[in-house]
Amino acid sequence: MAKKVFQRPKYLKKAVFHYCPGCGHSIIHRLIAEIIEELDIGEKVIGVPPAGCAVLAYDYFDVDMGESPHGRGAAVATGIKRILPDRIVFSYQGDGDIAAIGTAETIHAANRGENITTIFVNNGVYGMTGGQMAPTTLAGQNSTTTPGGRDVKRDGFPLDLSEMLAIARGSVYIERTAVNSPKNIMRTKRAITKAFKAQMDGLGFSLVEILSPCPTNWKLSSVDACKWVEESMVKTFPLKVIKDEVEGAIS
Amino acid sequence: MIGEAAVRAGCRFYAGYPITPQNELAEYTASAMARLEDGTFIQAESEIAAINMLIGASMAGARVMTSSSGPGISLKQEGISFLAAMELPAVIVNTMRGGPGLGNIAPAQGDYFQATRGGGHGDYRTIVLAPASGQELAGLTRKAFEYADEYKTPVFILGDGMMGQMMEPVEFPEPIDPRSLPPKPWILDGAKGRPSRIIKSLLLDTSVEEDHNWKLTRKYERITREIARADTYMTTDARLVVTAYGTAARIAKGAIKRARELGLKVGLFRPVTLWPFPKRALVEMSRQVKDFLVFEMSTGQMLEDVKLSLEGRSNVHFYGRPGGIISTPDEIAKVINTLYHRQHLNED
Amino acid sequence: MTSKTIFSGFGGQGVLMMGYVLAVAAMRDGKEVTYLPTYGAEVRGGTANCTVSISDEEIFSPVASSPDYGVIMNMPSLVKYESTIKKGGAIILNSSLIDTDPARDDIDVVKIPANDIAKKLGSDRTINMIMLGAFVAKTQVTTLDSIMNGLTEIVKGKKASIMKLNRKGLDRGAEYVSKGAGK
Repeated sequence: MAKKVFQRPKYLKKAVFHYCPGCGHSIIHRLIAEIIEELDIGEKVIGVPPAGCAVLAYDYFDVDMGESPHGRGAAVATGIKRILPDRIVFSYQGDGDIAAIGTAETIHAANRGENITTIFVNNGVYGMTGGQMAPTTLAGQNSTTTPGGRDVKRDGFPLDLSEMLAIARGSVYIERTAVNSPKNIMRTKRAITKAFKAQMDGLGFSLVEILSPCPTNWKLSSVDACKWVEESMVKTFPLKVIKDEVEGAIS
Repeated sequence: MIGEAAVRAGCRFYAGYPITPQNELAEYTASAMARLEDGTFIQAESEIAAINMLIGASMAGARVMTSSSGPGISLKQEGISFLAAMELPAVIVNTMRGGPGLGNIAPAQGDYFQATRGGGHGDYRTIVLAPASGQELAGLTRKAFEYADEYKTPVFILGDGMMGQMMEPVEFPEPIDPRSLPPKPWILDGAKGRPSRIIKSLLLDTSVEEDHNWKLTRKYERITREIARADTYMTTDARLVVTAYGTAARIAKGAIKRARELGLKVGLFRPVTLWPFPKRALVEMSRQVKDFLVFEMSTGQMLEDVKLSLEGRSNVHFYGRPGGIISTPDEIAKVINTLYHRQHLNED
Repeated sequence: MTSKTIFSGFGGQGVLMMGYVLAVAAMRDGKEVTYLPTYGAEVRGGTANCTVSISDEEIFSPVASSPDYGVIMNMPSLVKYESTIKKGGAIILNSSLIDTDPARDDIDVVKIPANDIAKKLGSDRTINMIMLGAFVAKTQVTTLDSIMNGLTEIVKGKKASIMKLNRKGLDRGAEYVSKGAGK
């Protein structure tokens, strides 16, 4: 009898992703679905998708999902979690969502130590609206609103949101990973697992920032986009555990 | 007062941001929630965060409330549009102050349009309740939560700085234990033993969005049939009927009492629901009354609903004091007296 | 029968407290009551005032175009409210801080040197109770006992010695009026 080595995770619906070829969202969705199954929390998890490329995430995750206005994921998740403190609540947000229009909600949720988990997908552009400059667009990087590249004197610097959140006293676990290589994907899975576990242990605000390729808006092939993450993005956004107050506290 | 009434109505989640003239409400609610085992009060980082916390808590099934005043309500409008679109119950208190802009902190009624026309983007309405006394405020707060749940829609309690500040004796209804309320079969609480649920407002397929819009419209029509309500005072033989709501109605009532002492046949029509506007009752009244005086603490907003309702059946006059000015009963009595004689209502 | 009273003075003179205590006392007497304080920035450091309406029937407007009584704690308040008091009404004024006589002859004027009486009692914080005692004695809208009950209800948990001092203030104010002083 043949042994099944690869299958659709239990908590992904039988739907075809709308994401572009080479986009990191599909991988990240899969990781989250696997983790929900492995942690056996599928019946108590509630997800909050963003406005942005992942706006349709509720069409893929087979768990309870509640839409948030653009940038307000942390506030919506706060409301859910405060009413249902024994459920596992996560928000899923892009860089524009979390680090521009939703900066205040995110920082304050972290600072209150809201016991929620945030998945922050950083691809350095506003993908859904067509590749405009994001708060995390690199210096010199082209976007549709920074022709000739982001000029930090004119457009400001890329925002280190995760580092800012690490300063907030209510955050317990913040790690930056990437999904551009098998090794980094496995590391991302470990990070998200740890973030969910921190929440299950009631420790406070956890966030995983994931550098994610956007071949379409970067105007690169899928392979080159993965390389670009490694060669350019990580120089501005180094992959590392930014804050960890979980070690030893996790059961 | 609203805080106590809300908690007694089973409200267990409040999020808000400080703004005058309604801070007493937030402060009271903070201590009331702290006394409850299952109560949550969050002083949010912004008006925007507060309304979005309500979205989450409402999705999770709680009876939820926020409160603010003009500038803060403007900031909440995106969230209110989402609440309406996703059909989530919530109660929003607007203690109106002078505006536009920062304006001032005196009692005013300039947010009528914002409240009754939807206020945010898209095709939607919110229920708007306008109490005129402490006792009514207590009762309508209970009603607001009931309407919100029944119709799955945001409900406004529209007061003003005077309603927010004034104290008078109130008998509160018996408290409700939120656990005794009927379960909501649509909430997000983890897909245990049931298919997973989605609460969303994004409807990319235009025909689906159109269907949703018509569905909401049918709901709004049902609300209009079922809850439109007005209160009247001395209208049976009235030749002139003052139309006013909230604090303005209360002042008008004092003025009408004076006018009656002078033998003028004047009454009061006071909408209790501003949306739905009690059109049928007003039209009914226009069979006998040919002159209406709309009095508002604004430059004339409800005036439009009165005119739209009457469609030329009667004369509609207007007197307004915007900017936070509180008219005295004497002032309104003078307006009534002048108008009454100008329209020859004293002649048979 | 409806009476409306405006209490007015500087912020910090216990003006809002006077009105609030009266409102609660009258409510416990079984009357219809409204209490309307002024609000916001104006209260801080400036003039504070509140309007209390007491009636046997429904109170329509909590605002008073022409109050029956004015309890006036400082000069700016006298300037502001003297002309508004209803003909046949009364002004109870703090003569320790107001050395001008009201010009009107169609209202009663009761002058209480509240700060001086308070000094004798040993506490400036009784000024408002002295004025309130005088007000009750003059108008009879409620009783001193009701006022005391109202105060007890509002300040729950205050020391007995403070409550005693408040009672003394009320009594002194009332005595001053009933002895016929202050005319």
